[in-house]
Amino acid sequence: MARKPARGIATRAHAAFAAVCGFLYSGMALALEWNLQPAGSKLAEDIHDLHEYVMILCTVIFIGVFAFMFYAVYAHRKSKGHKAAQFHENTTVEILWTVIPAIILVGIAWPTTRTVVAQKDTSNPDLTIKVTGYQWKWGYDYVKGEGEGISFVSTLSTPRDQIENKAPKGEHYLLEVDNELVVPVGKKIRMLTTAGDVIHSWWVPAFGAKQDAIPGFIRDLWFRPEKTGTFRSQCVELCGKEHGFMPIVVKVVTQEEYSRWSGEQLKLIAAAADDPNKTYTMDELKKRGELVYAKNCTVCHQATGKGTPPAFPPLDGSKMVTGPKEGQIQTVLNGVVKNGTPTAMVGFGKQLNDVELAAVITYTRNNWGNKTGDAIQPAEVKALRK
Amino acid sequence: MSAVVQPHGHAAGGNAAHDGHHHDHHGGYGGLMRWVTTTNHKDIGTLYLWFSFIMFMTGGAMAMAIRLELFQPGIQFFNPDLFNQFTTMHGLIMVFGAIMPAFVGFANWQIPMMIGAPDMAFARLNNWSFWLLPFAASLLIISFFTPGGAPGVGWTLYAPLTVQMGIGMDLTIFAVHLLGMSSILGSINIITTILNMRAPGMTLMRMPLFCWTWLITAYLLVAAMPVLAGAVTMSLTDRHFGTSFFNAAGGGDPVLYQHIFWFFGHPEVYIIALPAFGVVSQVIPAFSRKPLFGYASMVYATSAIAILSFIVWAHHMYTVGMPVQGQLFFMYATTLIAVPTGVKVFNWVATMWQGSLTFETPMLFAIGFLFLFTLGGFTGLVLSLVPIDIQLHDTYYVVAHFHYVMVAGALFAAFAGVYFWLPKWTGRMYDETLGKWHFWLTMIFFNMIFFVQHFLGLAGMPRRIPDYPLIFETWNKISSIGAFGFGLSQLLFLYVVLKCIRSGEKSPALPWEGADSLEWTHLPTPAPYHSFETPPVLK
Repeated sequence: MARKPARGIATRAHAAFAAVCGFLYSGMALALEWNLQPAGSKLAEDIHDLHEYVMILCTVIFIGVFAFMFYAVYAHRKSKGHKAAQFHENTTVEILWTVIPAIILVGIAWPTTRTVVAQKDTSNPDLTIKVTGYQWKWGYDYVKGEGEGISFVSTLSTPRDQIENKAPKGEHYLLEVDNELVVPVGKKIRMLTTAGDVIHSWWVPAFGAKQDAIPGFIRDLWFRPEKTGTFRSQCVELCGKEHGFMPIVVKVVTQEEYSRWSGEQLKLIAAAADDPNKTYTMDELKKRGELVYAKNCTVCHQATGKGTPPAFPPLDGSKMVTGPKEGQIQTVLNGVVKNGTPTAMVGFGKQLNDVELAAVITYTRNNWGNKTGDAIQPAEVKALRK
Repeated sequence: MSAVVQPHGHAAGGNAAHDGHHHDHHGGYGGLMRWVTTTNHKDIGTLYLWFSFIMFMTGGAMAMAIRLELFQPGIQFFNPDLFNQFTTMHGLIMVFGAIMPAFVGFANWQIPMMIGAPDMAFARLNNWSFWLLPFAASLLIISFFTPGGAPGVGWTLYAPLTVQMGIGMDLTIFAVHLLGMSSILGSINIITTILNMRAPGMTLMRMPLFCWTWLITAYLLVAAMPVLAGAVTMSLTDRHFGTSFFNAAGGGDPVLYQHIFWFFGHPEVYIIALPAFGVVSQVIPAFSRKPLFGYASMVYATSAIAILSFIVWAHHMYTVGMPVQGQLFFMYATTLIAVPTGVKVFNWVATMWQGSLTFETPMLFAIGFLFLFTLGGFTGLVLSLVPIDIQLHDTYYVVAHFHYVMVAGALFAAFAGVYFWLPKWTGRMYDETLGKWHFWLTMIFFNMIFFVQHFLGLAGMPRRIPDYPLIFETWNKISSIGAFGFGLSQLLFLYVVLKCIRSGEKSPALPWEGADSLEWTHLPTPAPYHSFETPPVLK
């Protein structure tokens, strides 16, 4: 009597299970991800192999143990009239099932240790890049190796409309950035990780490389990409509201492409710097000149241009400043020497570049009461350098 | 207070009044005040269990909100901020509000009855241990309604993200303090009760294994909870009083927080798991009609796990950048835990071997526990290996792993315990058919939620994100559907319990043929309000 409803449940549970399996099967048709991402480096491949090895061991043991249990569930049930034995210990068996797992663990620990040591070895890199986690973007600085000096910030480029479901989602939804990290294939890349605010974590699964980025500290990791392509990932340490929206995209290119890319980047950086061949307007020069003056000149000549005579002459109304421009340029470049000894007016030619010098001279010639109307160009300064 | 205590006080000398009445006489107050003032271990056990169920449903509602948002890519229901608050509070409420109090509830009900004691050693302290909890829970819930909301930092409360949070963070820190106090007081009570109040003849090595696992758990709690309190207090002073424990700019270190937290956090895993082992070690022999295999080795294995749990904490931190020696030490120590845990699993299987098995609901949940907890143990072994963990750390693989341990481990054991002891507690039987329905629904939906999350983690989905790339969509959909099914199935559990209490069939004195601990063999069913006022005689 008591067994009847139970059997009913079993049938119904079976049907439900079949339904779930059917659902799962229909899901599988969509080419789902079951396993670790394809390896893009030797290290990641070692990790895959290790994972596979451990999974096989675990599966075999799991099946072995539960074969016993399910056999008992099937054969040693009361409804079949099985009488309970009363044994409750067996020293031999107990020692065996303590010692054998311990031996298996040694078999796991041995190959793993080699990978741990390899993973930690960040020595002799070809290229060193510092990555800084910010809420919520990554900053990359190429600090050593080809491309040294390149620096940029990498931010999510998925449009807000896609996230808010107002536009269809693109192929690389949440895995695309404005500036990708570019590295050459086959080179040992060392990443220094740090953060500007809270803890982030930098990860590229295809390289088996993950390291927390900790504010105030520098940690490192390395990888050697073995194939070209674009590898995508995300921040993996909860770092506040937009944690899910700071992807990592690494573009691995051939050595030639990398050289071209880094060359272009360095040129762009140089272009953004002061250009001594450019002709500047009066406003640009005065604006820049005010900053240069504040940093280098106010100590002696004062912000008012009145100086503190007699030691430091005024510039406002000075004959030198309002006189011929060549004279002033010479003075600022080389300083003033009286009776063979240098005075407090040192030469700024070595401290400031042509643009800065042109700017600060223009500023003094057209500020306070001085109204020469001259806009000194960097080229003029350059011409007078010895 | 004396007026409150006297009617309970068996030592007070009121024997005449007691003899006829104590079965239905619950003390000086009726109604709500009975529960507020009670010092009876059974009443307090009941309070703990209901509190835990309410928290389970609250934390569960948050889990469903999380799964609702993750049903498809894009932000649909909750902004990322609120999403983070849900993940944080789901974790804190489930760990500290649901699972831990549930097992303290079992301890209160069962330990005195199992060792032949009349009550817990410190009856009034016991009342206070419980009544701290609703206040702590209120602080957690109230934090949602403060400016800035609840903290969105994850249940691990990592610095320095905690410094950016609003006042909700402070409420959470105080809640953790209260929860910690409650646990420590409860543990002192359990240790004292077990060590001093066993009936004559109940030697330590004759105690039911549930008492052993709780004794060891209580020591873990006393050692670990103050460490957590220290960690959150340091966060509090970093937030408000200008200290720099976890701030590099002031000479501190954010990673220090993680070391302190996980020094608590890993023993915490066993604080949750060991009592579950205890329950399962009562249930499996009872339904196998055969004594527990390897009782002594179970005790030693439990102790070994407890000791090892204090030297493996940094396996939660392989990616913070430890020296290679550190990584190797914590890896070796962690894999060692597989040995005593394996012993336990083998012992349970050996207990069933050659038994005379029946499969009532408690046994189904115990077998479900054994099967899935072992699976969670194996993924734990996978994660203990540094190179693999570096791939899987902070992904859904970890989420899947610890839910196999927390839900299929601890929660399944708690369900097994409730079905097992409900007849003893209420004197009535639950509905076996509905109980089995509850088991199968829970089992199927659980795996639907979490098994697929292993795949998500392997494929590279980070945890704690409110939105995800398109390749993860299908698994997330399956997981979400499973979550809704799992949540609804627990309403069935509530119905089964209420039905049992209100209109269940009368339970026979010994509803389970193979149950042989004192509460079954030496007490009537239902257990009287005051039991073992004179110690039982044990041969």
